[in-house]
Amino acid sequence: MTENWQRGGFGLYVHWPFCEAKCPYCDFNSYVSQSIDHDRWKAAYLSELNRVGSETPDRVLTSIFFGGGTPSLMEPSVVEEIIKTAGKLWPFTNDIEITIEANPSSVEAERFKGFQAGGVNRVSLGVQALNDTDLKALGRLHSVKEAREAIEIAQNTFERASFDLIYARQNQTLSQWESELSEAVAIGTDHLSLYQLTIEQGTAFGDRHKRGMLRGLPSEDLGADMYFATQDICEAAGLPAYETSNHARTGEESRHNQIYWRSGDYVGIGPGAHGRVTLNQMRLSTESFLAPGEWLKSVEDLNSGESERDPLDLGDQKDEFLLMGLRMSEGVDLSVFDFSDKYNEINNLSELGLVDKKDDTLRVTPQGRPLLNSILARLV
Amino acid sequence: MTDLSHIRNFSIVAHIDHGKSTLADRLIQDTNTVADRDMKAQLLDSMDIERERGITIKANTVRIEYKADDGEDYVLNLIDTPGHVDFAYEVSRSMRAVEGSLLVVDSTQGVEAQTLANVYQAIDADHEIVPVLNKIDLPASECDRVAEQIEDVIGIDATDAIQVSAKTGVGIHETLEAIVTKLPAPEGNRDAPLKAMLVDSWYDPYLGVVVLVRVIDGEMRVKDRVKFMSNGTIHQIDRLGVFRPDMENIDVLGPGEIGFITASIKQVRDTRVGDTITSEKKGAEEALDGFKPSQPVVFCGLFPVDSAQFEDLRDAIDKLALNDASFSFEMETSAALGFGFRCGFLGLLHLEVIRDRIEREYDIELITTAPSVIYHVYMRDGTKIDLHNPADMPDVTHVDHIEEPRIKATILVPDDYLGDVLKLCQERRGVQLDLTYAGSRAMTVYDLPLNEVVFDFYDRLKSVTKGYASFDYQLTGYQTDNLVKMSVLVNEEPVDALSMMVHRDRAEMRGRAMVEKLKDLIPRHMFKIPIQAAIGGKVIARETLSALRKDVTAKCYGGDATRKRKLLDKQKAGKKKMRQFGKVDIPQEAFISALKMDS
Repeated sequence: MTENWQRGGFGLYVHWPFCEAKCPYCDFNSYVSQSIDHDRWKAAYLSELNRVGSETPDRVLTSIFFGGGTPSLMEPSVVEEIIKTAGKLWPFTNDIEITIEANPSSVEAERFKGFQAGGVNRVSLGVQALNDTDLKALGRLHSVKEAREAIEIAQNTFERASFDLIYARQNQTLSQWESELSEAVAIGTDHLSLYQLTIEQGTAFGDRHKRGMLRGLPSEDLGADMYFATQDICEAAGLPAYETSNHARTGEESRHNQIYWRSGDYVGIGPGAHGRVTLNQMRLSTESFLAPGEWLKSVEDLNSGESERDPLDLGDQKDEFLLMGLRMSEGVDLSVFDFSDKYNEINNLSELGLVDKKDDTLRVTPQGRPLLNSILARLV
Repeated sequence: MTDLSHIRNFSIVAHIDHGKSTLADRLIQDTNTVADRDMKAQLLDSMDIERERGITIKANTVRIEYKADDGEDYVLNLIDTPGHVDFAYEVSRSMRAVEGSLLVVDSTQGVEAQTLANVYQAIDADHEIVPVLNKIDLPASECDRVAEQIEDVIGIDATDAIQVSAKTGVGIHETLEAIVTKLPAPEGNRDAPLKAMLVDSWYDPYLGVVVLVRVIDGEMRVKDRVKFMSNGTIHQIDRLGVFRPDMENIDVLGPGEIGFITASIKQVRDTRVGDTITSEKKGAEEALDGFKPSQPVVFCGLFPVDSAQFEDLRDAIDKLALNDASFSFEMETSAALGFGFRCGFLGLLHLEVIRDRIEREYDIELITTAPSVIYHVYMRDGTKIDLHNPADMPDVTHVDHIEEPRIKATILVPDDYLGDVLKLCQERRGVQLDLTYAGSRAMTVYDLPLNEVVFDFYDRLKSVTKGYASFDYQLTGYQTDNLVKMSVLVNEEPVDALSMMVHRDRAEMRGRAMVEKLKDLIPRHMFKIPIQAAIGGKVIARETLSALRKDVTAKCYGGDATRKRKLLDKQKAGKKKMRQFGKVDIPQEAFISALKMDS
């Protein structure tokens, strides 16, 4: 049997934990800091890269992803240095995808050229809304005009460019979202990430929500209507969903994220970065220290920023395989593990029209996709 | 031993909150029966739940020594009786054990239904009754009006009613004097064979069963061998004494005296309220009249929320039953709720007290099924079934007819609310028997089916009258009516724990209320769920719980896999608290809320 890591590809994730400002909906591991010693951070990343590289010889790198935080605030030279070092550790596939997340502000757009020169070939822009009032409500520092310009620069600079939008926002109506999304696809892009606004604990929105002060959030029904409208508009534009919230023209999917969803192997460096690596037939889950200072100190003093390393037992692996894999339209290959204990439940869900099993492939149907959590609750 | 002429035995009749316990406390305090430093409010209500709810469940007694204005020393025995209708039989026994009553009426409120029921018990027991108007310290006190009402409604002379404030102590001395001068001394014959009434009993972890007795004739001494006449059991008295209000051993109890005995009795079940105790040898020929074994009237299922606590529940119920002969139980299995017990109670208050004690003293969270009464089901083949669980209802094709218990309910209410009360009683299939006015208060008597009352009658009555109505009832007998079993189906599957017996005419309404409630209580599933109420195969009410439309995590990348997996593990643990019906998971809380009597 082919092991997952060989099928799913091998990726490198680099986490840059700083932002200019903290967005009220964001629960990612990000911090606002006045002064950042870029040389010190570069040294730490390279040290971590060498550490994880020495554990994973004989791999071919499919993808690098700079996430955050706001990694477009990194010095282009640091990004370049990381890509170069990665190239020394692993051979790259011919079509390696190297992505950086960026804010669509004019300041950052000026740096795109530098990232491109350093080896980045794909950008993912956090546009979030095409409406200035809502951009403000979401705590974004850019305007719609700036965002549109940034998209254009990105499309001209990089081989591939994607952008994100958040919908089901406060007081947003179905028709408002439909026209905003139509505007978005009209910009002309090969990849879109479209997320329903989720209120997370520990964020500013989460606090406001708890105090009953976050008004105008859509009902479940409106959220569902918006979800289905999203599918229709994107399909008509040739951007079908290949994952719950991600849409692309065929062949333009994010290869890096597909590694996650296909249970491939990935190493993660930087504060709070997670990894999944298969070493000696054992699949390991790794985590790094969350707080930037702590991570940096640990890397410098102990030559490792890793805080956790746990083997995943077969049950955990099967659960992750389903919960990640069923997000994808392509579904999962049930022959990878022994899922015979799930067949009864799969039949029940199939009768309800929520999943579809053909031979060894299990997919969630278009009706089932917005109910994925409930489906997973029955399967894992 | 005190001479009969210097004993006075009395009880206090009052409505809840009219100040019975406070007055009792005052009498105890003013006669220095208890040192001031040992005083605590409502001394006689010993159980936490009793004190909290301001109700008395067990009879309590206290012996007060009082030097009267005539210079003589008297022994005053107060029996504090349970005032609630559930314990009507116990009240009647306590009343038989004393010769007089203080009728305590709140001078700001007036006579209430419960006062009436209990004062009639006192009149039945030939008591001399001394009216006491309490709470005269309050500005809203209206002694003249209330005295007049006592005369109008109860028909006893209230011209000499004592005006008291148990709170400030005004009138306490007058009350003590009235007990001595107005109440009769007990009668009895010291030389006749022993005849003592078993007034109440309870379990004490150190002493075993403690029996409260009133000696009528003869004497009781330590080491005497006595016979309980209802079951013929013989016991040797280990210990004998009086309450002040703590237990105090004495050597002998003579005629007219009230005290306790212990006799190595292990279970309260072996001691029956109203029984006659006599000596083993040369005992009395005839027992005191009026003894009857207690019969549960209201039934419900008690199930542990956490099914792992079933054994704990069994222990708790066993222990409570040791101390409460009127409470019956047997094991029950429900597809919905698992293992539990079908329990019988004297009434709703009794049910609530037992339930609260299990939850509080034994720390077991309970699901209580809808209370039911005993139906007499007459079968076509001539046999009769006592049905106290709707789940056991036989196939209707074999049933000839069904009888249900009826009650005579007395309701007192300010006339502003009378219309609402009459409407409520009509809705509950009541038949008016009487309607009279006393001042601005109306008293109405209704013949009502008990099953309509156990459902939520108290709460509705309280709500339509803003709490101003008072209510009391007694069982009158059985009557045939058009009764049916209503089942509840969730996704076409019957949920046994929710089935109930209802009158055919009320079935639609009850069914509708139930399905609407369940629609809000059951979480949405991935498919739509019909919720139906049905009689036999006929659906009488239906709601549809629409399918869940969106439940998906928007973002899930490399760093989210662990968190998401742990979240699903947590959900799996939460699912154990659900009960599965076919494909539907019903949370425990849904049963609790759907079956809640007060909503």
